[in-house]
Amino acid sequence: MAGHSHFSPANVEEYFEFTAEGRKKVLTALVIGIVVLGVGIYMLMNGNHEEAHAVAGHAAEHGGHAAEHGKEMLSGGAASHHETAWDPLNRLWANLWLNGVYFSGIAVIGMFFVSIQYLSKAGWSSVVKRIPEAFPKFLLFTAPLLIGLFIFKGDVIFHWMHEGVTVKGTEHYDKIIAGKSGYLNFTFFLVRMVLIFAAWIGLWFMMRKKSIEEDLIGGTENFTSMVKLGTGFIVAMGISSSLSAWDWVMSIDTHWFSTMFGWYMFSSWHVTGLAVITLTVLLLQDKGYMQYVNANHLHDLGKFMFAFSIFWTYVWFAQFLLIYYANFSEETIYFLERWEGHNKIYKATEILNVFFNFFFPFLVMMSRDAKRTPIFLKICCFFVIVGHYLDFYQMIMPGTVGDHGGYGLVEFGTIIVFASAFIYVVSHELTKASLIAKNHPFLEEALHHDI
Amino acid sequence: MNTTERYLVGVFDDDEELLHAVTDVKTRGVKIEEVYTPFPIHGLDVAIGHPRTRIPIAAFMFGCLGLVCILSLISYTMYFDWPMIIGGKDFFALPDFIPVSFEGTVLFTAFGMVGTFLVTNGLWPGKEPKTFDLRSTDDKFIMTINMEDNKKTEAEIESILRNSGAIEVNVKQF
Repeated sequence: MAGHSHFSPANVEEYFEFTAEGRKKVLTALVIGIVVLGVGIYMLMNGNHEEAHAVAGHAAEHGGHAAEHGKEMLSGGAASHHETAWDPLNRLWANLWLNGVYFSGIAVIGMFFVSIQYLSKAGWSSVVKRIPEAFPKFLLFTAPLLIGLFIFKGDVIFHWMHEGVTVKGTEHYDKIIAGKSGYLNFTFFLVRMVLIFAAWIGLWFMMRKKSIEEDLIGGTENFTSMVKLGTGFIVAMGISSSLSAWDWVMSIDTHWFSTMFGWYMFSSWHVTGLAVITLTVLLLQDKGYMQYVNANHLHDLGKFMFAFSIFWTYVWFAQFLLIYYANFSEETIYFLERWEGHNKIYKATEILNVFFNFFFPFLVMMSRDAKRTPIFLKICCFFVIVGHYLDFYQMIMPGTVGDHGGYGLVEFGTIIVFASAFIYVVSHELTKASLIAKNHPFLEEALHHDI
Repeated sequence: MNTTERYLVGVFDDDEELLHAVTDVKTRGVKIEEVYTPFPIHGLDVAIGHPRTRIPIAAFMFGCLGLVCILSLISYTMYFDWPMIIGGKDFFALPDFIPVSFEGTVLFTAFGMVGTFLVTNGLWPGKEPKTFDLRSTDDKFIMTINMEDNKKTEAEIESILRNSGAIEVNVKQF
């Protein structure tokens, strides 16, 4: 198709068909996920902690270890504050929160990617832009889940929501948290959360509508308005990415803070989103769709993934180095807790985090040929997606479940449920518009993309 | 430099025509040395059949060299030669060494790549420029054929060039 010098839009319309067989496969995975999750919950409820910790290889000895200095003062709270009344289900809530945040990120990065392309008036990406454009649909599911979790189970996840931490004179009074309560309080947090999701979903609805309309009416008017919407979204994302990072993840460890954290979490989301976009394109190509996407487009997607893996590493390391160098105990505790706290159950995750997210993509994706070869790209996408799940795992778990964490059936079940739900929702959304934006003003340029 | 280097220089008017001419001239068994154009033309490098540049490999090597050099320097100075305690860290505090190692890697890679590029393209200082036709920086497309590489006579090659659309064929000697 790229060879045609006279291009006719009618020739390139292509619809993704979410076949009954495909649906069945995804739903089967979903059911398997639910069963695994159910078994996991059953095992947790029956106090079979050794099973739940099987992968981590450590049987947690609850209460057997005197908390190190700092573990107390770190909000990692759940472990120390609930030591007497640990509800095994807390691990489920923490997992739902973890996956909710992780998949919200992938979904919103779809919108971010499209916005960046419009803002920079990039041509090459117009052949793949329908893929990321479908992702934010999943926000319609994660938004109510996260808001509901916050309202009903927030005190499990956030140290600052524990009973009485801001009430002077009570047993659990915490001066540091009380000082932050102007920002970290139930109402303001909820308002921010609702506003963030409303901005993301609202702008996406408008963008998606304009985009589908463009297929019907053509012209450049819709393109111009999408540039404006994209610009608006970038501004919104600039604020909301930092706010969501501080609120949803950093405030779990309430005493601790890092000025890098907004960037850190955003970069983690971004590279995961890019990996999911690339993987979706490759899988659709395997099914015979999107044959007009050639090695040059894949090369660009690969470069994106490579570059932002390094960007993530840069931010991760910048955050780590300053804390390591300055050596303030209230800051280093964050890394100490993950490195040697909680019976060292998070240490392996920390190591794998840097390996999967830096060394692997850096060395594998460096050469031009690797970025142009689907199998290399697929392997790398897989590692990046798993690696950044681990990244979010080590951001969220130590502060929420602490000693009671690990890799058990609950974790695997939740991932399978979320991943298959994501695949189902996105596949369904993909059927609603042609896979190729046939009236995109830069489509001709993209079809002849050559680097 | 060999002073008897003799070139046939085909001058073309149009980029599309040039792209076809390159394939055409090649299929008739003439070896093209280089093509000079006022702007980049997609697919031209593939059409000429130049092997892919190996500069990324050089870059990687220079990067590795930079990493090793800087890490050696900093560990020699900070650990072996004159151990210093900074911020209460170990003498060999690897995280502290990473920023400078990173910068060193980038520095070596950048300078190494520029150096390699200049040397492989014969662009060292004082080098006489080999200008085939100044119009290749304006509105003409220039195809150069080194007579040493070709067994055909000049007349044969000239007629092949003209048949493929060259508006002029000149002889150039260096």
